[in-house]
Amino acid sequence: MSSDVTQRSGSAAEDFPAVPLDAEISGAAEQATGREASLWRDAGRQLIRNPQFVIASIIILGYAFMAVFPQVLAPNGITRELCQTASGAQPPSSEFIFGLDDKGCPYYERVIYGVRPSLIIGPSVAILAFSIAITFGTMAGYYGKTIDTMISRLTDIILALPLILGALVFITAFRGASSDDPEISPLLRFLAGIFEAIDGFTNQNGVGLVVFILVFFSWSTMLRLARSSVIANKESDYVEAAKALGASDFRIMTRHLIPNSLAPIVVYATITVGVAIVAEATLSFLGVGLQTPAVSWGLQLSVAQNRLSGDPHLMFFPAIFLALLVFSFILMGDALRDALDPKLR
Amino acid sequence: MGRYMIRRVLQFIPVLFGTTFLIFAGVFSLAGDPIRALSGDRPISQSVIDQLRDEYDLDDPLLVQYGKYMGVIRDDDTGEFSGLLTGDFGVTLARTPRPVTEIMADKIPVSARLALYAFSIEAVIGILAGVLAALRKDSFIDTLVKVSTVMVISIPIFVLGLLSQYLWGIELGLLPVAGLQEGFKSYILPSFILASTSLAYIARLTRTSVTENLRADYVRTAKAKGLSAKRVVGIHTLRNSLIPVATFLAIDLGGLMGGAIVTETIFNIPGVGREVFEAVGRQDGALVVGIVTFLILVYMLANLLVDFLYAVLDPRIRYE
Repeated sequence: MSSDVTQRSGSAAEDFPAVPLDAEISGAAEQATGREASLWRDAGRQLIRNPQFVIASIIILGYAFMAVFPQVLAPNGITRELCQTASGAQPPSSEFIFGLDDKGCPYYERVIYGVRPSLIIGPSVAILAFSIAITFGTMAGYYGKTIDTMISRLTDIILALPLILGALVFITAFRGASSDDPEISPLLRFLAGIFEAIDGFTNQNGVGLVVFILVFFSWSTMLRLARSSVIANKESDYVEAAKALGASDFRIMTRHLIPNSLAPIVVYATITVGVAIVAEATLSFLGVGLQTPAVSWGLQLSVAQNRLSGDPHLMFFPAIFLALLVFSFILMGDALRDALDPKLR
Repeated sequence: MGRYMIRRVLQFIPVLFGTTFLIFAGVFSLAGDPIRALSGDRPISQSVIDQLRDEYDLDDPLLVQYGKYMGVIRDDDTGEFSGLLTGDFGVTLARTPRPVTEIMADKIPVSARLALYAFSIEAVIGILAGVLAALRKDSFIDTLVKVSTVMVISIPIFVLGLLSQYLWGIELGLLPVAGLQEGFKSYILPSFILASTSLAYIARLTRTSVTENLRADYVRTAKAKGLSAKRVVGIHTLRNSLIPVATFLAIDLGGLMGGAIVTETIFNIPGVGREVFEAVGRQDGALVVGIVTFLILVYMLANLLVDFLYAVLDPRIRYE
């Protein structure tokens, strides 16, 4: 390997003899980013014309608006004062367009506010898992040897655990932890403290823990994508050229290898947003995800399950909102894949 | 090939230890006290607690507990190496403990049957839909397959389950929605729900794969030779197109058993999925780790099968 590099660096130097080294490096980088930008610019041009992508973006923007300004769509808010405790669940009527839930509260407001945890959890899980995967996947692929073996075996272990099963075990294990419990380890207390802070900040009981667990089980596939793309590219001429010009490992990874492996991982991360939203809803539905007083579609569907025959409206509204949101992210991932894969053009 | 397979099997060893240790640590070491969970709200005397803690080795360091559980560290009480590796899965955490293997023998056949039905459904319908869509590209049926698969993939499986329970069980009253009292009929809804997501993926995968192969040179040659359309599609195209589908199916066979937690819980089916869900709630560590180990073994075997299938189905692939 090393002799190969010196040989190649010799020939690279012959090709560009007269230009100072600094200019060479920045020139190479410019060329790399220029080409990379054109892949993304091409993709952007194609995406704007793709109705699939446009529809998905509009729907997601609509949901984002709903999450940031729910009071615009539901000016009454979700205060308990509006609940008609005596009446119990009621089907939709002209007064309550989504009907009343099992506690006699207006359902429309609750379904609108239910978008919040989904839109907090989905993107945070995807972004955090994406960052972990890029960092360690690139390192594993670039350095190889022991680092690669350790990271790859860890990835195998996480991949062998089914998502819902693993999440179930670990959420249950962490749930009892609290930041002021002297009997547990300091690390666990520290994590519990972070979860409590996030829950307090987002005002949703359980969001911190759910995000942490879902990130833990989501990075593995993206890491494999990053690793294999780095392995495929690290022997290529442009990397050898950058090496010959004296670029550091860090520079080669961040300026050359990562930009070239980004496309498939971005596609997968978009789909991960949808997968994480589904996972949160599933865990909340099973009773281990978010906990009341959090307002989440999963929790609403969990109530609806026991009242399926009498009050099917309790199922329909959150189900439709949830499915449409996930649908948009999967549609968007599909469109991104079509746009970013030059082979498909 | 033989040496390649041996290397693959050896690679599974760290994965098996890693996953079981993760789950073991999750169940036993983190917050919460299984004895407290066992006793519930009723007070329990200190001597009973001590006896139980000793019996389940709860006072040892975590790694020692794990070693004893796996059977690589000698047990204090019996002085023998007995654990998961010797086939001893331990006993459940209960007032009257039962061997974990006994419970698994009860539950696995139910889950296996459900998985087998789901597998048949997704293989037959998925491949059929994919091939039809690819042969009539951009026709009504192609659009139908494309749109319906994205929809099925987007709707969470528990929502699909609830919708189907409402439609078939409550509105139409045709199928049972919970339990297994009605035999085969009881399996219909759950196996369709369990199959749904993979079915959609298989249909899409088949569609893409057949579309690509229909453009291949050898298909054009077959057509040019004057072979009937049936033979060109049925023999020449399908054989090559179904390689990725077969590998997906094999991996999915492993996933179907583990993926049944949600389906079995919604439809109240007494399989491993519902059992492990309830065992997690009870903090019944031995049972959880036992079932997870079983599921991971199935998953790994499925992965091995995939490698083997590749070599058999695609002669272009040669293993060193």
